[in-house]
Amino acid sequence: MKLLILLVVVIGLVAIVQLAKVYQLTSSLRARREEDISEADNRLNGGLFLAFMVLFYASVIWLVVRYGDYALPSASLHGEAVDTLMGFNLAIIFAVFFLVNTLLFWFSAKYYYRPERKARFFAHDNRLELVWTVIPSIVLAVIIAYGLSTWNQMTGAPAEDALRVEIYSKQFDWTARYPGNDGEFGLSNYNLITPTNPLGIVTAEGLEASMSEVEKSIAKLEKELKHERGHLLKEQLELEAMLHGGDHHGDHADHGHGVDHAAVEARLHEIETLLEDESSLTILTEAAYEAKEDKLNRLKRHRQRLLEISEFNYDGGLSAWAAGNDDQIVKGEFHLPVGREVEMVFRSRDVIHSAYMPQFRAQMNTVPGVPTRFKMTPTITTDSMRYITGDENFDYVLLCNKVCGAAHFNMEMKIVVETQEEYDAWIKEQKEYLVKEESEEAPAETADLEGTTDKTTASL
Amino acid sequence: MADHAHHHEESFVSKFIFSQDHKMISKQFLITAVFMGIVAVMLSIFFRLQLGWPGESFAILETFLGKWAPGGVLDRNAYLALVTIHGTIMVFFVLTGGLSGTFSNLLIPLQIGARDMASGFLNMLSYWFFFVSSVIMIFSLFVEGGAASGGWTVYPPLSALPQAMPGSGMGMTLWLISMVLFVVSSLLGGLNYIVTIINLRTKGMKMTRLPLTIWAFLITAVLGVLSFPVLVSAVVLLLMDRTMGTAFYLSDIFIGGEALDVTGGSPILYQHLFWFLGHPEVYIVLLPALGISSEVIATNARKPIFGYKAMVGSILGIGFLSFIVWGHHMFVTGMNPFLGSVFVFTTLLIAIPSAVKAFNYITTLWQGNLRFTPAMLFSVGLVSTFVTGGLTGIILADSALDVSVHDTYFVVAHFHIVMGMSAIFGMLAGVYHWFPKMFGRMMNTKLGFVHFWITIISGYGVFFPMHFVGIAGAPRRYYDYSAFEYLDFVMDLQPVISVFAIVGALGQLFFLFNFFYSMFRGQVAVQNPWRSNTLEWTTPVEHVHGNWPGALPEVHRWAYDYSNPAHEEDFVSQITPAIPGEEIH
Ligand SMILES: [Cu+2]
Ligand SMILES: [Cu+2]
Repeated sequence: MKLLILLVVVIGLVAIVQLAKVYQLTSSLRARREEDISEADNRLNGGLFLAFMVLFYASVIWLVVRYGDYALPSASLHGEAVDTLMGFNLAIIFAVFFLVNTLLFWFSAKYYYRPERKARFFAHDNRLELVWTVIPSIVLAVIIAYGLSTWNQMTGAPAEDALRVEIYSKQFDWTARYPGNDGEFGLSNYNLITPTNPLGIVTAEGLEASMSEVEKSIAKLEKELKHERGHLLKEQLELEAMLHGGDHHGDHADHGHGVDHAAVEARLHEIETLLEDESSLTILTEAAYEAKEDKLNRLKRHRQRLLEISEFNYDGGLSAWAAGNDDQIVKGEFHLPVGREVEMVFRSRDVIHSAYMPQFRAQMNTVPGVPTRFKMTPTITTDSMRYITGDENFDYVLLCNKVCGAAHFNMEMKIVVETQEEYDAWIKEQKEYLVKEESEEAPAETADLEGTTDKTTASL
Repeated sequence: MADHAHHHEESFVSKFIFSQDHKMISKQFLITAVFMGIVAVMLSIFFRLQLGWPGESFAILETFLGKWAPGGVLDRNAYLALVTIHGTIMVFFVLTGGLSGTFSNLLIPLQIGARDMASGFLNMLSYWFFFVSSVIMIFSLFVEGGAASGGWTVYPPLSALPQAMPGSGMGMTLWLISMVLFVVSSLLGGLNYIVTIINLRTKGMKMTRLPLTIWAFLITAVLGVLSFPVLVSAVVLLLMDRTMGTAFYLSDIFIGGEALDVTGGSPILYQHLFWFLGHPEVYIVLLPALGISSEVIATNARKPIFGYKAMVGSILGIGFLSFIVWGHHMFVTGMNPFLGSVFVFTTLLIAIPSAVKAFNYITTLWQGNLRFTPAMLFSVGLVSTFVTGGLTGIILADSALDVSVHDTYFVVAHFHIVMGMSAIFGMLAGVYHWFPKMFGRMMNTKLGFVHFWITIISGYGVFFPMHFVGIAGAPRRYYDYSAFEYLDFVMDLQPVISVFAIVGALGQLFFLFNFFYSMFRGQVAVQNPWRSNTLEWTTPVEHVHGNWPGALPEVHRWAYDYSNPAHEEDFVSQITPAIPGEEIH
């Protein structure tokens, strides 16, 4: 390959030298005016347009034959309507494509310049122009009406008894959540996200856990900052100067008098003991110190937000907060029963992702802070699709279709469509949220093994 | 010989660098854009190597990209940066700044019969803002963490959070700053174009006699002046979210192990603001190209452009509609379905004026006497790409269908054909056609032929197969597709696409060589080489300050009296008075 590239570069250089020669040859030497295109050249270019057209059409037809049929049969109810609509639109598009390009290239070939001819002076014709205003308008009206009727069908309200599944995105994987027996998702709040509560489900326990996590971090940072050697030494100097300050500087006399000597001395004493305990001292650069201070402030605001959640909502651990207890969280793959409408609710933790399920003709962005929805009814089980495609490894996929960072291309989840019975058996197996206590990263990560997770964790 | 025109000797600096002459500024724009274009094409070849042969090692990548391609394999963050900067440069620097900057500047005064732009000073500023903004954008490729990497649309939160990806650090800040300067440049230019066209037309140059180029430049400038300020707001708010702790676009975000102190913003707000510019931007890119091709096709078909009034009307219609369709980029953001329906309706309406334009071009060719100059070849090519690419827009505009192809290769195919290829073809047509006016020399036509045929074949070769890759469900901006078995079958198109891309890129050497070589060694041009009607060809070959050495020309007719049976010649310059008994447009 390297050799090939080198070869290409060399050929390129040779080509440039040759070009210069061609250039001289075709213009200067033959004393021909550049703007005078010879009849042969005009005929040639006209002919080339026709040749190009044939080549172009042949390739298009080859592509259609070989790849046109490739998009898998739709595996959802609305997808069938979408595919029919797509077929209808493509038929119109191909017809116009061939018609217009043929006229264009054919005229180009036919009417190449001949000095003895004069072009036809034909500046406008209202009837003709009306024709190609009205006909496209009618065709478009049909396209719009047909398209919108399918759109309305797709986006109408979901059925009362639709299964609800939440799809949650983060860099760089997906999590699905089922509402459990009560049919209701627990509230969630991004402030409550911890390794054991990856979706930030709001429960009394979750809130407590987050709070203690934040408190722990605050305490740790405060300790580090309190024991920072450089800052302690600096403060020591300042306090000592303050004690004796009044004597030297007239300006500071007032301050000197106002100093609470006892307090300053107490603090000095404290600093001395801190400095003596060398093992617990931290040493930080100024920048690192400031970064930690910032982080501390952010953590304190985080604590504040957690307090607000608990004050705002908490009514003794009942009602809305209890709905999360039986939610079921799954990773790697999620299951759907065939033939039942499913309303998907999408949330995102960090940036915009897009839940793209190509075989279901379904897609919806997941937007941090703004939940989105999409409903669909799977019509073909994974097993049947394996039979149809003749590929026993076939699986439906959910993948990310909004660029979201380095491992964007590797963010997928498997979707299993199965019979209601199979689904019932599967869902029963899934642990309820409050029962299971395992870390978020525990199950085998499907896609982003090769060093992408470090990107998310190593940022501060 | 030109001493009567030059009362005062201009210094090198005021003539070539801080020039206020529209012809010089136009050349400055063109050469800057050519340079930016070279960079953007090279970037695309780099990522096409990865896409065509994923994971394979290419020495050339390591040579050019160094630590971004360790062992000759493109790094995946670098991949995203390349994709992003390729798009940004192409859309803004080549096809907006380069195209409008070059041809609006060159042609507006020359074709309406004015001595220069309304404000030469603002015009000069416009170029220098463009230049500085280009330099910053190029420079951003070399900063720590790499250039902006969130795609050319730089959606937050990805672009707002430095911890989300390396490219959202310094590179992103520079991207935003560069974009603000770019918009300043566009606004200064646009205001100038509008004022000049409205006020400085020479005697007899009624609006209804304007060449279609000027109509296109006028509406383009209006679109720019109305929509670019919205982009600036979007960009400035994003800068504030990045640097000042505001949360216009951010809410409920947990990243890097930390819950951020942001609530109440909406990432979707950014998309509304961005696409409010973003869609008109498509026409800011496309309309000048259509204007240029109208002029080139009429001249070289030796026929009046068919349906002048309809052509003007469709430019106005497209311009107006382009402001109320931006939501078609957002069907899958969770927007209200009814609002989606409205955008489906308005978007598909654009197909009507577009269809009118396409059929009018074709009727112009019908029974013409087609002289295939390189400019003419590219203009005919443009009509083809405009139609081919425009048609697939119908699918993307149809929300129900967009859901399954949104953000896939289908979109990449669509906009590269309808906006990328068409606008580049228009730009190249413009360069070949007006090169003698700009540089006083001719470009070599044979090389132009070769250039065109390589370009159209490889252009379609690159982008047409992408439709099929997209319909099969391949998302765009993926570094590698090998994890997805269902795509294996279409992925054998990827190396084919890459080969076409490389061939196409090498084909541009024919142009570059021709362009730079002809600038100094080309055949010296005659005054009106294409035997064209418009006013620029009544100025002397040698540039003079003020364009016409004597009085300004007076216009007596429209620009499209080609092969008018009342006249012997197959062209009638706009300054030719009516012959007795002639009814004049
Ligand atoms: Cu993602
Ligand atoms: Cu648009």
